[in-house]
Amino acid sequence: MSAGNTSPKGYVAAASTALHDTRLRSALRMIQDRIGKGTMATWQAMPDQSLRHDAKAARLRTLDNLDIVLERLASAIRERGGHVFFAADAEEARNYCLQVAQRNNVRSVVKGKSMTSSEIGVDALLHANGIEVTETDLGEYILQLADDIPSHIIAPCIHMDRKQIAELFTRTLGIEYTEDPPTLTRAARKALREKLLNADMGITGCNLACAETGHIALVSNEGNIRMSTTMPRVHVSLMGMERVTATLREHDMLLRLLTRGAAVQNISTYVSFVGGPRQPGETDGPEEFHLVIIDNGRSRILADPRYREVLSCIRCGGCLNICPVYARIGGHSYESPYPGPIGAVVTPLLYGVNERADLCRGETLCGACKDICPVGNDLPRMLSELRHALAYGDAEWDVAPVSASERAAFRFWAWAISRRGVYDLLLGAVRLAQRPFTRNGMIRRMPFGPVARWTAGRDLVPVARTTFAQRWKQGSVPGSAQDNGPHRK
Amino acid sequence: MSTPHSAYLFVQCLTDSLFPEAAESMASVLHRLGVTMHYPPDQTCCGQPAFNTGYRREAAAAARRFVELFEAAEAIVCPSGSCVHMVRHHYPELFPDDELMRERARRVGRKTYEFTEYLVDVLGITDAGTQLGSQFSGTVTYHDSCHLARGLGIRRQPRQLLETTPGLVLAEMPESDRCCGFGGTFSVKYADISAALADEKADNIIASGAGTVTGCDASCLLNIRGSLSRRNSPVQVLHIAQILDPARTDGSKGGNQA
Repeated sequence: MSAGNTSPKGYVAAASTALHDTRLRSALRMIQDRIGKGTMATWQAMPDQSLRHDAKAARLRTLDNLDIVLERLASAIRERGGHVFFAADAEEARNYCLQVAQRNNVRSVVKGKSMTSSEIGVDALLHANGIEVTETDLGEYILQLADDIPSHIIAPCIHMDRKQIAELFTRTLGIEYTEDPPTLTRAARKALREKLLNADMGITGCNLACAETGHIALVSNEGNIRMSTTMPRVHVSLMGMERVTATLREHDMLLRLLTRGAAVQNISTYVSFVGGPRQPGETDGPEEFHLVIIDNGRSRILADPRYREVLSCIRCGGCLNICPVYARIGGHSYESPYPGPIGAVVTPLLYGVNERADLCRGETLCGACKDICPVGNDLPRMLSELRHALAYGDAEWDVAPVSASERAAFRFWAWAISRRGVYDLLLGAVRLAQRPFTRNGMIRRMPFGPVARWTAGRDLVPVARTTFAQRWKQGSVPGSAQDNGPHRK
Repeated sequence: MSTPHSAYLFVQCLTDSLFPEAAESMASVLHRLGVTMHYPPDQTCCGQPAFNTGYRREAAAAARRFVELFEAAEAIVCPSGSCVHMVRHHYPELFPDDELMRERARRVGRKTYEFTEYLVDVLGITDAGTQLGSQFSGTVTYHDSCHLARGLGIRRQPRQLLETTPGLVLAEMPESDRCCGFGGTFSVKYADISAALADEKADNIIASGAGTVTGCDASCLLNIRGSLSRRNSPVQVLHIAQILDPARTDGSKGGNQA
């Protein structure tokens, strides 16, 4: 996975640390207030309320015919003299990039922001082979200088504040200390411009490809994408194999949803369409264009009707801008190129469900992510499926049952709740156990058991002296005296 | 109400054991409306904790039992949105290989209602003051529970009832539909994240300036009350049935907290 100075410590530990990070909290609060709420308002104000629904239908239709659609895209690009490589996994994809670089005597690479590039780990391989790699998206560039990794899909360095960036730039770019954003941006621009002008190869992702026209589209707000795709001799675009639309009409529809979902923009400042290398008579563009279409576990997702829907994602990052859990634990807690609610579903499917069990289980299933998603992806449903796989194991995904003791506990629970007498006896036992810890009608602190975890952060309401069931039976509840047993219709 | 109604009471397990007063208030309101009630005495839990943790076989056992206990009902009324969401939307999924059971679950799901939904959409209550005799003194803020608001689409009904309660001033809190962080077993497994979200919810409740917070889900109210109590907040927590119940409307006396 991605390089960076953070070694994996697991979701729970990482989240616990992040919960105390007030700087992170206010940054994520800001992005959720501005972008998340803005996106929700945009959806509500859209004149065509069926757009998102239609877009989802188009995504699913394309997924149903993905092989044909990709073949059409590939042949259109090849006709213009572009190269298309289908990479089965991350290793094939990054090796291909290295081969292209070596064949073209590439010494320096500029990159446009791409999560797929971090998924396949191409930077480290190029670097190990003596090739300089420079991120050109401002946020990604800051992270590269800081030897850090992204924490948000659209705003990768949201976890850093102005002060940290000022210190970083003073140290790495040798400028005088300033917290003035325009001055900092100018400093980065100056450094990046040199890299962009001298690069031999550009590597970008692909926001959305269009099979009908044979183009990939890249959205950006900084102009770095346009330079990365036109200035260097070689352009390599890395594309997750699901990131394609069949027709231009669908492409247009999804592009509009993407920029609205990502940044509440009707359209981004730049949209770059690339369909191959420089054509005869054209004044700019690369001599070579390579599209790397990456599977790396996606066929397996495609083949499973439970999870196929997740491939409809257009990676706008909207779900990160509304999720209450993400807002408090930040992107690094997910330890994946794909953080937030979308990452909680995709990461286990790509990197192992057991290994990433906490991502499957560490959400409240509140459903806000589904509300904001431009294509209405039902992430809570898929998290529930993943939890189901973890509960009993799932041979199709090589998942082992996550906990024998938990399973035993739920077996006992199912037995007990099917017997009201037993259930009432258990409630009686809880009443006895809670007595020493109850003060003024609340349990302030339970020293042991699962309840201790609850009371670490909150008080707990104790079990009442009598249940509603008992009160009803005693006839003290209004209407209970008239209960003549099951009604007959 | 022109024709007499009858309903089975489905009292969610947490309400049954932690907030029996809320269910009593629900019964009191329905009784005054002339609804004939039956409480199946063997009921316990709808199975949601197992379902949300992934244990669908155990959840299916709970679902099967629920269907057997409740399927004779004309209507099933529950003071918890998330349990209704479970019954209505998830029960049918629990029987992928049993068409008959799936259909029985669907039928039960179609007649299972959350309390405020039953009052407004089935009984046609439009004015809590005149039709239920509700009254309250004070400012109240309302928490939109996730499964109630997003899962069942119920946002209007509880507000309509609160707005038509004489003496009650509804003060919306910021982000009323942001999750309180309960999440079932999540609240214990990932307790510090859960508590952090409950704390944010408490901040928003306090920011509303209301003296009382209410909602339609005991599980959220449990979490919210835990957080408010930890910071010794004077804001009282009441289930919406307790606010609407004319026999228990005096909030200034402290009432029965949810």
